[in-house]
Amino acid sequence: MGSLVEELNARAIELGVPLGVHLDLTWRCNERCIHCYLDHDGAGELSFVEIDELLVQLANAGVFFLTLSGGEPLLRKDFFAILRRARELSFNVKLKTNAILIGERETALIRDLGVESVQVSIYSNQPEVHDAITGASGSLARSIRAIRLLVSRGLKVTIAHVIMRPNRGHYPTVRALAAELGAVFTIDPTITPHINGNRSLLALNIASADLRDVLRDKSLVADSNEFAPAAPSDEDLVNGIPCSAGHSSCYISPFGDVYPCVQFPLPSGNIRRQRFIDIWKHSPQLAEVRSIRLRDLPVCSTCAHATSCSRCPGLAFMEGNMRGPSTQDCEKSYARTAIPTANMVRH
Amino acid sequence: MNDSTGKKYISRSQAVAARMLGEEMMIMSIRDSALFSLNPTASAIWQAADGVTPLREIVERAIVAHFEVEPDTAYRDAVELVEALAGHGILKIAAEPARS
Repeated sequence: MGSLVEELNARAIELGVPLGVHLDLTWRCNERCIHCYLDHDGAGELSFVEIDELLVQLANAGVFFLTLSGGEPLLRKDFFAILRRARELSFNVKLKTNAILIGERETALIRDLGVESVQVSIYSNQPEVHDAITGASGSLARSIRAIRLLVSRGLKVTIAHVIMRPNRGHYPTVRALAAELGAVFTIDPTITPHINGNRSLLALNIASADLRDVLRDKSLVADSNEFAPAAPSDEDLVNGIPCSAGHSSCYISPFGDVYPCVQFPLPSGNIRRQRFIDIWKHSPQLAEVRSIRLRDLPVCSTCAHATSCSRCPGLAFMEGNMRGPSTQDCEKSYARTAIPTANMVRH
Repeated sequence: MNDSTGKKYISRSQAVAARMLGEEMMIMSIRDSALFSLNPTASAIWQAADGVTPLREIVERAIVAHFEVEPDTAYRDAVELVEALAGHGILKIAAEPARS
C-alpha cells in the first residue's frame, strides 16, 4: 500500500496538486505539554463559516488527505460539524487529539462520520511521568480510556511517542502498552523549536548517548523513518526534493495562515485574504521552497549522509536558513552511524 | 443480482474518501484503509454510480460513448470492476434501484 501512496504523491507533485493538508482547528488546548511548540491563544480563530468555505476550496484544489489537529481540536464546539462537512466533501480524515474529551458519544460520532485514523500522544505508561509532561493530572488514564473505546469500536488508533529527557527509556513499555491496546506505535526522538522561533524547548532533547541507543535499537526500525537504513548515493536523490512540504502538502493554522508544513513556519499567505488555490499556485515563498534540490544545499550536498539523512527543511529554516543543515538531523545521522556530518566537521 | 436475468444498480459507499487526481480517481476505504487508484474508465463508472441508473446504461453512457470498446466487453469488465470494489466495501450493488 505504501508504494501506491508514494506513486500518488509523485503524481500530485507532477500535477502541482496539494494532496495533503494539515489543518489546525485551534491552538487552544486542555493540556500544557512541556515540549509544545504552539501558543494557546484562541483569539482570531477561523469561524465555522470560514472553515466550511476553506474545506470546499481544499476539495476543489484536489486535497485528499486532511489531518485535523490542534491544540486540542475537540475543544471547538463546532468540531463535529466541521468533521461532518469534511467527510461530506469526501476527504480522508485523520484526527490528532489527546483524546481526553473522547467518550462513548464522541467515539460513535468519530466512527460514524468515517475518520480514517486517530493519533494520540502517550509519553509514558507511568501516570506521574505522562501527566507531568502534559501538565494535566489524570490525563494518561483518560487518554488510555479513550483509546480503548476507539479501538473497541473498530477505529484505527496510533500512539505517537515523543522521546524527551523526562521520559527517556520509557518507549519499550509504551510500545507494549500500544500492543495491549491494539494501537499502532510510532516514535519520534525530535523536539522542535517553538513556532515563534524560540529554541529553548530544544533543551528537552535527549542526550547524544541516549539518542544513539534509540537510533541503534533494531527493534524500532519499523516504527519511524528516522530508523531507515542508509540509502546508497543516487543521482535521482541528489536531484530530488527534500520532502513533500510545499510540494504536495502544506499546513494551515487556526488563523488561516498557510505554511509549507507545521514544522516549517514560513508565512506563505492567508486564506482570509486570498483563495487557497492562489496561495498554493502563486505564493513566492512556496515557489522558493519548491525550487530547492539536494544538490543546491551548500553544506548538505557535500555530506557523506546527503542521500540518507532525514534532514528537515523546516528545522533548517528555523535554524536560520532553509538551504542550510538541520543540526538535529545531523546529530541523528551521527548517532546512527558514528560518521561525522559535513556540518559537524565545518564547526 | 445475476445479470443474465436482472439489472444491477450501483451506488457509492459513504465509508470512503475519494478525489480525482488528474484523470484518475483515488479512493480509500475507511473500513480497511485499502487505497485504490481508478483509471479513467473505472473513474467514469464510479462517478456515475448513483444507485438508480442500471449498470448497463452507465456503461453505455460513460464508457461505450467515450471509449473505443465493444459494449459487451465493456459491460463484462464493468461487472468485474464493481464486484471487486464491492468486495472492499467501497461500492454497493443492488438488484433494485435505490429509493430517492
